[in-house]
Formats: sequence, structure tokens, C-alpha cells
Amino acid sequence: MSAAASEIAPAATPPTHTISVFVNNKPGVLVRVALVFSRRGFNIESLVVSPGAEGRFSRMTITCSGHRDVLQQVVKQLAKLVDVVHAIDHTADQSYEVEIALIKLECALDARTQILQISEHYKGRVVDFGAESLILQAHGSSEKLDALIELLRPFRIVELVRSGKLLMARGGTVT
Amino acid sequence: MEQKTPTGGERIIQCLEREGVDYIFGLSGGAAMPMFDALVDSKIQLVLVRHEQGATHMADGYARSTGRPGVVLVTSGPGATNTVTGLLTALMDSSPIVVLCGQTISSMLGKDAFQEADVTGITYPVVKHSYLVSDANDIPRIMREAFHVATTGRPGPVLVDIPKDIGQGPCDAPFTDELDLPGYSVPSRGNPERIEETARLLSESKRPLLYVGHGAVISGAGKAITTLAEKLRAPVVNTLLGKGAVDEHHPLHLGMLGMHGTAYANKAVADCDLIMAIGARWDDRITGKLDEFCTDAVKIHVDIDPAEFGKIVTADVSILGDARLVTEDLIPLVEMAETEEWLARCAAWRRQYPLKYPKKGGLRAQHVLDRLHAVTQGDAIVTTDVGQHQMWAAQFCLSRSNRHWISSGGAGTMGFGWPAAIGAQFANPGAKVWAVVGDGGFQMTLCELATAQIHRIPAKCLIINNNYLGMIRQWQELFYENRVSGADLEGNPDFVKLAEAYGVKAWRIKRSADVDRVLQRAQDYDEGPCVVVAEVVKEDNVFPMIPAGAAVSEMIIEPPKHRLSKPTGST
Repeated sequence: MSAAASEIAPAATPPTHTISVFVNNKPGVLVRVALVFSRRGFNIESLVVSPGAEGRFSRMTITCSGHRDVLQQVVKQLAKLVDVVHAIDHTADQSYEVEIALIKLECALDARTQILQISEHYKGRVVDFGAESLILQAHGSSEKLDALIELLRPFRIVELVRSGKLLMARGGTVT
Repeated sequence: MEQKTPTGGERIIQCLEREGVDYIFGLSGGAAMPMFDALVDSKIQLVLVRHEQGATHMADGYARSTGRPGVVLVTSGPGATNTVTGLLTALMDSSPIVVLCGQTISSMLGKDAFQEADVTGITYPVVKHSYLVSDANDIPRIMREAFHVATTGRPGPVLVDIPKDIGQGPCDAPFTDELDLPGYSVPSRGNPERIEETARLLSESKRPLLYVGHGAVISGAGKAITTLAEKLRAPVVNTLLGKGAVDEHHPLHLGMLGMHGTAYANKAVADCDLIMAIGARWDDRITGKLDEFCTDAVKIHVDIDPAEFGKIVTADVSILGDARLVTEDLIPLVEMAETEEWLARCAAWRRQYPLKYPKKGGLRAQHVLDRLHAVTQGDAIVTTDVGQHQMWAAQFCLSRSNRHWISSGGAGTMGFGWPAAIGAQFANPGAKVWAVVGDGGFQMTLCELATAQIHRIPAKCLIINNNYLGMIRQWQELFYENRVSGADLEGNPDFVKLAEAYGVKAWRIKRSADVDRVLQRAQDYDEGPCVVVAEVVKEDNVFPMIPAGAAVSEMIIEPPKHRLSKPTGST
């Protein structure tokens, strides 16, 4: 039913893109990559940098929103950098995506049960339990974490740390 | 006898020798001393400049006139930051230069040491690639990579920042030809299917136009493009930087297109049914109002840089590859197109809208440049700054040969022309080299008169002096109700006396009648540099003109009688 799905896709706001950039693991590469975005006035929404399977390479997973045509140009400019091995916009691809969030909540006695119920529903885990506060760890798609955070807002979120989106292309496709 | 381990600085100079470098344009300083010390024993000749910006433009002129990389050596901090304008100029115009900078010692990096600047950080946006050397053992590989990256694919500037402890310490790492560039590839031949499709479109076209840019100059595609044009019977136009790839005197050549191009070139652009960009990037000076640019024409784009595809124009066929190789592959596949009517139309435009200028009312820059073309017979290497003189030179000094026209196009750098001419003259000792500059731009790098004089470099500097930043004044006259602001250079020095203070031969032209005589004298003078100051009428304008952001069809061919609205396009 993919036709029906595309009909209901909202078109008003520019979509969020997830771009995977495979780079040399060298000083300064992050700046070169970031400059390509800032020159075009793009705000990077999340950025994850980690070593590749081979230590001489790093993987950057970058999310940002903007119009497709302009982002295509950004991807080409990224690929043009000498330190970039490849840059791929995975937005339309088949890929597995995940993000981790740590949420510190004020946790009075009367709110605990409710918080734990919500957490359980989202397969969250309490990783620190104090008298006044607790830290909840949750993972899943970025949209799922958004929903969880909205549900927890009434309980006063003290601090929030999100890993940023991680992505890997499925099957034989290169990430 | 025991062989002494070379220092890092010596190793760097040895690497340059290995790359075939014959000149270094540089200015010394504390952090660069290891390299300067090594130069004492090297066969590479140091050209000591008077300002680092001059060094970068000299290296650029050297590179553009030969295709070989130009090399710059400067010190840390302000020495390095003074190269930024030259790096931008080289990046925008795809010119291969390698800039070596001294840097403070590694342990002091980031600690506000004397003459320290985060040079790699400052220059990220204006280099093709850069290195901060952190281990002397990397020197041979980095130097090989720097030259490889600068000169291959779409050429560009590469910067190498060398901390003084690395330059001073030992380096016995062997020379290497191995590159560690997994993210870098160089396109060469184009996709055969796309070339076939292009050949079909070209052969079917009734009104084809070949639009030739700097990429054609860089790859040496001119001969192939001429053959292609002759086989198709298709007219050719070129960009400012594409001048000389195809002989501009060729009967199929319509001259330069774009903002100040010939009327007949722009008429052809507006009326063609197929436009093929060869090593050109649809710059805003070319397309004017994009929505109305060649709307009904088939567009073909040949470029070595994939990031140019779809950047401004999304072509019907894009071919990634080297301009010369792609054009050569096209030639056997095309058939003569039915273009008789089209060529007749172009010829009629050429007759109807010739480039012209008033012959009366004082000395005209156009007249001086028209005669410069006659005196040099189109065989000189001509460099320019940016502004009115540049456009007039582009219009009247037609280029006959590849790499004989050197101008700051993309960056539009004032002060480029004179040092670029010095660099080109070093690289081509037998050539006649003329810098055409304005009075504004010349004053930004005039200190290089000393550099030219010391080396007895016979480059010639023609100053078109109207005591104005003329192009700015032109825009203010046409679009800002003649409210002249920040463009009047009244109080300029006497440029003849100034040149003489440097010991440089100089002439002044005040009357049209003196133009030929003085230009010929300068052309024949070869004892050292010389300066010709043409005191031209103050208020003259460059036409034709397509206001920035206007459609090609809105070209102003002659001085307008009515007031114009402000342009909407970029600068």
C-alpha cells in the first residue's frame, strides 16, 4: 500500500535528512564537513561521529532539514572534500535507524508509578534511582523518543541527553 | 663520509625539487626559516616578494600560464593570513598553487605564541585541501599529495602548514610516490552513452552554441573544440576565463558572453536551441536571470567537478570528465549540423552590433586596449585586475592561444594583474607579458614593482588611469542616480614618478595620437619591467551590459537615455 502511504505524507515542512559521511579519521575533518553545512545556512540538528570498522576512517551521521535539491548540492560538496570517502543521503533509503536518550526526571513519591508505567511501555530502563530524581534510558527511532519525551514533560524533565540518530543501510547497500 | 640527516625544512625543499619546481615566490619570517635556510643550497630560485598577497598571485600567474603548480613560501601568523586573498582567487578560478607556511613550534600551537595563527582553520573555506604537519615522517607523502591534489581533477590551492620544530628537526623519511587519498578520485573519460546522446543532440540541433570555459583552458581542449565546432559548423562563445582556449579570431567565434560580453554572443545565447557548456559553470555573470536563461534550449554540461551539476543549471545531459577527452570522444560521433541559417543570423548580429567606442573626446581606454591588441598581435600573455579595464581588455584584446589570458574571474581580486604578470613572465621568459590594471587595483600590489625590477623581469604594466574605481562609478551612474560614493580616487600618485622611484622605466599616454608609439616602445623594451600610464577620460562606461540579475535579452548595448532600476542579481 505504498501509494496510499505517499498520499498522506505531509509536504508542508522540509523533511529531515539523514546523511552518512564516511571520512578519514584526521584532525580538522569535522570542521571541513561542518563548513559545508554552515556555508549554505543549514543548521545541523544532530551529529554522531564514531570510528569506522577500520580505525583510519570515521563515520559521521548527520541529520538536518532542508529542501531536497539544496541538500543534494550539500552532499555533492561533502563528497568533493578530499578527506571524505563518500557521502550519502539515506533519507529515502531502506535503512535501520536508532537513537538513545537519557532523561533525568524529578521524581516525587506520588509520580513514580506513573513514570515507571510510561517507561515500561516504551521499553525504557531506569539506570539511576535516587530519592529525588531518576535517570531513564530509552532507545528507538527518533520519533518514538520524541513521543516519550512529550509524555514525560508534565513530570518535569531536569536534563535531557540524546545520542543523535544512528543509521545503517540495510542489506547490501553501503551506509 | 657520513651523510648528514636532512632537516624537515631541507626535506621539504628536496621534495619541491623532486616535483620539478624552479621558482618559489616567498617572503621570509621566523617560523619559515628552516625552509629559507634550505633554499640557500637549492637550485630552486627564490623570488623575494614585497607582500605575501603578491607571492600568491605570482604563483597563480605562473600556474595559469603553464599549467604547472606555482609555489609560495611564507611565514606564520600575518605572513600566512596575507595569503588568504590569493588562496580565494586560486580556488575560485581553479588554479593549482601550493602554499607552504611556517608555523609556531608544535608545543606552542593554540597558546597564542608570537606570530601564531590557526592558519589551517582560517583557510579551510579557501583551499582545495590543506595539511598541518604533525610528524616529520609524513613530509614526503604530504608534499606528494599536495602537488597531486593541487594539479589534478579540478585544480586548486593546497596549503601546508609546517611547525618550526618539524622544519628544524631531522627528517630521514624516504621520498614516496604513494598517495593516501581514499576519498579522492580524478574523472577522465566521459560516459560513452551520454557522449553518444550528446553527439545525436548536437547533430540534430539547428542552432547549436558551444559555451567554453576555464575548464577547457585547463585541460587543453581548445584544439578539439575548434575541430568539433568546424565539423558541426557551430558558433563558439567563451567566458572571461575561457578566452584563448579557442582562437577568438576564428570565424566561428563570437567572443565573450555574459554581463559585458559582445552583443552578438549574447544574442546567440538568447536564441540558440542547444547550448553546450564545456568546462564552464553557468556563473551568474553568464546566465543573468536564471528563470529566463536559455529556457527553450537543450543544455549539455561537461565538467570535471560533479558538484557543478545541478548547482545553477540542471542540464539535459551532464557528462563528468575531462573537457579535452570528452570533446575528442565526441568528434567522430557528430555529423555536420544544418546551421547555415543560424550562422547567417549570427553574422548579421555581428555586423549590426559591433563592439565600438567614441573616437573623439579624449583618450579612451577602449582605444588603448584595441591598439594594445594590434601592437602585440594577440600573441602576448595578458593579465588583468578586475573592473572596467578588465572588461574592455576582454572585449578588445582577443586571445589567440591557450593560457595567454590570465584574469581574476570568480573572486574578482583587485591587485591580481601585476603580480600575476610577474609570475607568468618568470614562467615564460621569452613571452611578451602585459598586465592591464586599473589605478585602484594597481595600488593594492604596486610594491611588486620592486620584485620585478630586482629580477629585471620585462613584464609590462599598463595602468588604465581614470582616477576612479570605474566600475563602481559606472553602477552608481546607471543605477544609483549618479550618487558617487567611495569611488573617487582623486589624489592618486603620479604613477610615472612612482615607477621611476623604483627604478622602473615608465611612459605616460595623454593623447590618442601617442598610443601606438608608446605601446610599441614598451612592447620592445626588454631591459626590465616598464609601466605605461594611460590617462583616460574619467567617466566612461562599459557596454554592452546585462545588469546583474537581468535576463540576457535585457542587454543594454548603448548608453541608456532613461534611468535604470537597481539590479536584483548578485553584486
